Formats: sequence, C-alpha cells, structure tokens
Amino acid sequence: MTGISATPAVHGHGLATGEPVVRARSLVKRFGDITAVDGVDFTIRSGEAFGFLGRNGAGKTSTMRMIGCVSPPSDGRLTVLGMDPVREGASVRARLGVCPQEDNLDLELTARQNLTTYARYFRITRAEARRRADDLLRFVQLDDRAASKVEPLSGGMKRRLTIARALINDPEIVLLDEPTTGLDPQARHLVWERLFQLKQRGITLVLTTHYMEEAEQLCDRLVIMDGGRIVAQDAPRALIDAHCTKEVVELRFAAEDHESCADKLVGIGSHVEVLPDRLLLYTDDGDAIVPTVYERGLRPSGVLVRRSGLEDVFLHLTGRTLVEA
Amino acid sequence: MVAVMLGRVVAGDVVRPAHVGAVTARDLTLIRSAGSYFWLVLSGFAEPLLYLLAVGWGVGSLVGAIPLEDGRSISYQAFIAPALLATSAMNGALAEATINFFAKLRYLKHYDSVLNTPVTPAEVAFGELMWATIRGALYSGAFLLVMIMMGLVTPWAALAAFPAALLICLAFSAVGLAMSTFMRDWSDFEYSGVVQFALFVFSGTFVPLSVFPEPARILVELTPLYHGVELTRAMTLGPLDSTSLVNLLYLLVLMVAATAVAARRMRRRLRR
Amino acid sequence: MAHPSVAVLEYHLAGYRRVWLSTVASSLAMPILFFIGMGLAVGSFVDRGGALPVPYLQYIAPGLIAFAGLQIAVGEGGFPVLTNFKWQKVYDSMAAAPLRVGDMILGRLGYIAIRVMVAAIAFLVVMLAFGTVGSVLAVVTPVVVALVGVASAAPMFALAASVNSANAMAVISRIGVLPMMLFSGVFFPVEQLPAFVRPVAYVLPLWNGVELCRATTLAMTTTWPAFVHVAVLVAWAAGGFWLAWSRFRKRLGS
Repeated sequence: MTGISATPAVHGHGLATGEPVVRARSLVKRFGDITAVDGVDFTIRSGEAFGFLGRNGAGKTSTMRMIGCVSPPSDGRLTVLGMDPVREGASVRARLGVCPQEDNLDLELTARQNLTTYARYFRITRAEARRRADDLLRFVQLDDRAASKVEPLSGGMKRRLTIARALINDPEIVLLDEPTTGLDPQARHLVWERLFQLKQRGITLVLTTHYMEEAEQLCDRLVIMDGGRIVAQDAPRALIDAHCTKEVVELRFAAEDHESCADKLVGIGSHVEVLPDRLLLYTDDGDAIVPTVYERGLRPSGVLVRRSGLEDVFLHLTGRTLVEA
Repeated sequence: MVAVMLGRVVAGDVVRPAHVGAVTARDLTLIRSAGSYFWLVLSGFAEPLLYLLAVGWGVGSLVGAIPLEDGRSISYQAFIAPALLATSAMNGALAEATINFFAKLRYLKHYDSVLNTPVTPAEVAFGELMWATIRGALYSGAFLLVMIMMGLVTPWAALAAFPAALLICLAFSAVGLAMSTFMRDWSDFEYSGVVQFALFVFSGTFVPLSVFPEPARILVELTPLYHGVELTRAMTLGPLDSTSLVNLLYLLVLMVAATAVAARRMRRRLRR
Repeated sequence: MAHPSVAVLEYHLAGYRRVWLSTVASSLAMPILFFIGMGLAVGSFVDRGGALPVPYLQYIAPGLIAFAGLQIAVGEGGFPVLTNFKWQKVYDSMAAAPLRVGDMILGRLGYIAIRVMVAAIAFLVVMLAFGTVGSVLAVVTPVVVALVGVASAAPMFALAASVNSANAMAVISRIGVLPMMLFSGVFFPVEQLPAFVRPVAYVLPLWNGVELCRATTLAMTTTWPAFVHVAVLVAWAAGGFWLAWSRFRKRLGS
C-alpha cells in the first residue's frame, strides 16, 4: 500500500517534541441558543497525533474551527502556537494546514493550479509555489493528474489533493476534519498511510473522526466528545484498559428476545450492553464464558469473541454507538 | 502603507496588498484556463458595441442631431457613446460582483478555504473588488478603443475618460459585492437585473435628462449610473464644471461606503 | 386517452401555475422599460424628424411584443433544457416512461407557446393603456407572438441539447438574442441596414414576427405578403423541431 516513495515535501520543525501547541481551558462555542462546545479542556503537544472522537454533532468541528482561528470562541481560553486565535489569527493561520470535512477545492482549476493559487494566500513566491506544488502532488500520488481539472477526480483523489493543499505552507500543525469520511476502504488506507508519514516527520496532526479504527491507527492521544463535552481523554489503549474489559462476546439473537436474553445473562462477565442488532457481553476471557451462555439455555444465532476497542469505550461512556445505526 | 491604512479605515480590518493580490490572482488564473468562461467574458465586449451600432446609427438616423445644453448640437452616436461606455463599465463590474461572487460565497464554499489562510474577509472583499473592476475596465478600455476608431472621441479625451470609467467600475463593483451579501437566493438577482437594466435605459443614456418630467428627473439624479454617464460625457464631450465634481464625489462616496458595507458583512458572515 | 405530449405539457404547466405572475413580470420588464425609455423618451426626438409613418412609441410597440416572445422562448428553451439534461435528468426519467422524444419536445413547445401568449396578452394591455393599438386585428397578436416563440424555441432546444456547459449556453444566448433584437426592425426599419446584411434580418424569425405584429396592431402593410412571413416562422419551427428531435435522441442514447 506504500506506493511510490516521494521526496519529503514537508520537513520537521524546530519545536521540541512534547511542547504544548494548542491549549484550551473551559472553551465554549455558542451559536445563538445552541451550545456546540460546552467547556472543554485539552492540551495538544507538538509532534503528536491528537484525535477528537465522537458522533456527528458532538462539537468536534466547532472545536476544530476555533483551533483553526476561523471561528472566535464564545468563552474560555484558547491559545494556538502560543498566540491568541482572535487577535493574532492571521499569524496562527500562516502556520496551520487545514483539511476541511467537505472538500472545497476550486473545481474549475487544475489540481496543480489549486495548489499554486492557494500558495499565494501565504505569500509564497510563484517559483517556490510551483516547486512545492510538484513535490506535494508527488507526495499524495497525484503527479500524473497535475494538469487535470478537479471535477472529474475521484473522492479519494480530491481528498488527497485537499491534504496536499493543507501542506502547501509547510505547516506545523495540520487540522483534519473527518479526513476519510465517505471514502472507500482502499482510498481510506492510502490517506492513512500518507498521514502516518506526516506524523513521522514530526508534524502535529489534529483530527476529528467517528471511525474508531482511524482513531486507533493514527492517534497517540484522543478525547471522546459527546454533547459538546469531553467525556474522556487518554491514549487509545489506555482508554480501553480503563473503561473496558479485555474482550467482548458479541451475541446475536432474533431481535425480539434481546431484553429477555439480557436478563438471563446477568452475572456472566462484567456487564451486558443491548444494541438493536446484538448483545455485547464484556469479560476478560471470552472463550471461557461462551459455554456458560449455552448452559443457561440460550441459543444465539451468532457468537463472536473479539478484543474490545474504542467503540466499546464510547458505548460504555455515552450509552450510544459511535456510528449511527 | 497608505493602502493598509486606507483598508483599515474602510474595511475595519487588516488589508494587506499581497493578500488582496492573491485573491485577484486566483480569478485571473481561472479566466486564463477556463474555456467557456473566457468566451463569456469576451462576449460582454460585444454588448455596448451592438447598442452603439443599432441605436447610435440605426435609431440615430431617425433622430438626427441632439442639442446639448450649451447650445452645441452633436450626432446621436456621439451623444450615446460615452453613456454606453459608462454602462459597459457598470455591466462588466456587476457581472463579477453579483452572480459570480454570490456563487463563490454561497454555493461553492470557496472562501471557506481561503479564510483558513492568513487572508482576512476584508482582503477577500478587496480582492474581488479588484477583479470585478478589472473586468469592467477591460470592457470600457475596449469600448474606448472602438470609440477612437469610429472617430467618436479623440485619443486625448479617451485617455481622460478612462479613469472616469475606472471609478464607475470600482463603485459598481463595491455596490455589487455589498448587495450580494444581502441576497437570499438566485431569484433575488432577477430583481436586481431589472433594476440594472432600468438604470441603463433611464440614466440619460439615450436622451438628455431635460426631456423627462421633473419628478422622474430628480429620481434619476439620485441614481449612480446617471453620475457615471454625466462624468464620462463631460470627459469626452465637455464641459467639465462644478457638476462634474459632484458626479465625482457621488461615485467616490458610493465606492467607499459600499466597500465598507461589503467588507464588514463578509466578516460577519464568514467568521462565525 | 390524451396524447402523451399533453402529459408533458401538463407537467410543465404544473410548475408554471405557481409562478406565472412573477414570470410575466420578469419577462416583460425589459420590453416595458424599452417601451417607455426608447418609445417615449427617444421617441420625442424621433417624432420631430418625422421619418416614420407613425409615432415612434407606436412603431416600436409591436416590435417589442414580438421580442418578448423571442426572449421568453430563448430563456425557456435554452438553459432549463440544458439543466434538465445535465443536472436534473428530467428527460432521462421521461425517456424511461413510455414517452417518445417527439412528445417531450411537443409538450415543452406547447408550454412555451402558452407562456408567450400570456405575456403577449399582458403586453397588449400595456399597449392599449398607452393608446398604441390601432386595429381590432390586435386580438390575434398573441397567437402571432406564440408562433415567434415556437419558431425560436425549437432551434434553441436543439442547441441546448448539444452544449454541455452553462457558460456556453450564456454565450450563445447573448450573441444570439441581443443582435437579433437590435437588428430585426424593432427599433428602426431594416431598410436602413447596409444591403449586404439585410438578407440576414429577413430570414430571422424575429423580423418576420415584427412585420406580422405591425400588421395586426397597426394595420400596416407587411413587406412581403403575410402568408410568406408566417411560412418563414413555420419553417423555423418545423426545422427546429426536426433538429431538436435528432439531438434529443442522440443525447438520450436512443
């Protein structure tokens, strides 16, 4: 999946790894009567990949827009790269790269022109812009589509071009709002692989996602958001260890007897979650307890023992699944 | 430095020429590369020329000569040509500042990506103002060349009329941008299009204002294209007097006020 | 059972019923502004010269009513047709229903004819108010204008089915409509044009429509016998229909 190795277009920055680059204290965002972000605290350190995990409407995008200095906080404190995002917004944005949730590329321009025109907003000279554009097109494996208009490109290509555009100013922090939503698995893996390369070069990645696989693969640390608040934050593995048993047994029954089956499972494992299509039985040793299920006279149509993941942490903390059923 | 301070006062925000230029540069890239858009812009050149031929010569031969206020009498085509120049400046500027700008603002989410960079909403407004003005200036420049070739204006008078046309472009670009920030959807542009056409027909374009009844004349004197027409006419046919100064001031004030409204509303809309 | 093209007509009329008043207003705005601005204002200078047999306001009124028909036809026959093909795929769904291409075109032409007639009646009322109607024959004017509409819309369909971009459509409308309006005898007699361009005006639908409208509203004699003008318009309608028919079929891949 690694594809062609490209010349690094982006180099590491002088910031020592681990230094705080984004610091939020009691951060609030209101739109009229609606409170999108309701008093969140977090610190993002340089060189790490930091994730916001949550369902749609949890306040992830509003938080990202505040970090990106395009939306002023309603309350609380926020510093980005040590600066105030309202008063020094332009200076902060000069050092950020942003990949928004919806691609807003210039459809009528070519892939390469998208990068070169964008470079000028950062006062990058024409010659330098052309050099960087070519480097970045190679990096996202679009060099053969440089002269193509954006409109006919596939979803995955457009997303990679948006990422390339976010890198044109050699940013210290890259903000990625749902970087792989709507992409097919193959396109998604290609994006993940490129993002992983950026991370290895020491660029701070801040991303929102509702894919737990994405969060587990890319993020060093993450916060789980629900209803505008942070319900937990830590490294993915630490979150799982803290909030879940090691394993989960997924049991499928005919839907109507879910509640009665759940009653019969009381006492097996640490606890049971009832989902519309299955029951989740949390335990440290799945294989050991499956026979007990049968001993109680239950006849599940499907049994699956797996390791617990962020999905389970999310379910445990919010009582809801991460991706709407 | 002057530009930065001027921007600060008018727009209430930082305006740096390099950022304004970058916004304009994107539009120039588009016109160079997009085939059909290029032709659309080009076809705008033909419009005032067709009116000059049809109304200037066609209707003009039915009209004969037109008496001016100072007693001189000139050919009908010489009379309407400066007004068509002002109109082409207005139409070129509004073409970009209304529908095209509105599409970028509302539907293409174009500025969302621009505003993730150090560029401010006020700089976007100024950049688009420049581009709309360039398009208007291209139209009026080309039309002036035609006027020179047809002997309707001397090259020197044309040189004097061009800055006047440029001011009309700036004023109408700013008005178009400001207006677009208030528009709810495309159908609103039907109404603004009718108003634009009414300005074209009634701004003393085809007849001296003296033939209008008093109330209509006062109404026309309040509208912007009239002042543009008066100014280009004074530059090409004379005489330049104190009313020309009023025309000039009217357009300058309109330009500054409309730019201020556009820049401020852009910020309110895009920095939420 | 009604003819399938009637179903298409009803489809179009369903949308029109909701917005007809505002569309009449917007499609008559330009002709009425010209009527007053050119007819009254410029007219006061033209009438001093006395080069025309009738006052200028009366002279351009029939020209503008015919132009209104052309304008609506080009507007409705161009951009919306392209939209239906390219973005909304209305024709694809129609083609999926048991409709023939001819029915689609006929239905939409009927719709345009009705729209043009409604606008023409409204403009006729304006003309009456300004006292520029000089013949009882004026009652057939809306039919004549509808014929101008159909004669312009049919070739426009063919064009709209052939292009692919909104900008291209706008360019074609602009370089097609404006010169036709300006040089088809609406504002000044075609005889004033240089002899070598006159034939172009003669074959265009608008000039033939203007001639007929002058005959019906002012009882002026037409340049050629009236049936010749009608024949030219019918030829445009028929030729346009045939061209549109083949372009639609090609575009829908049947």
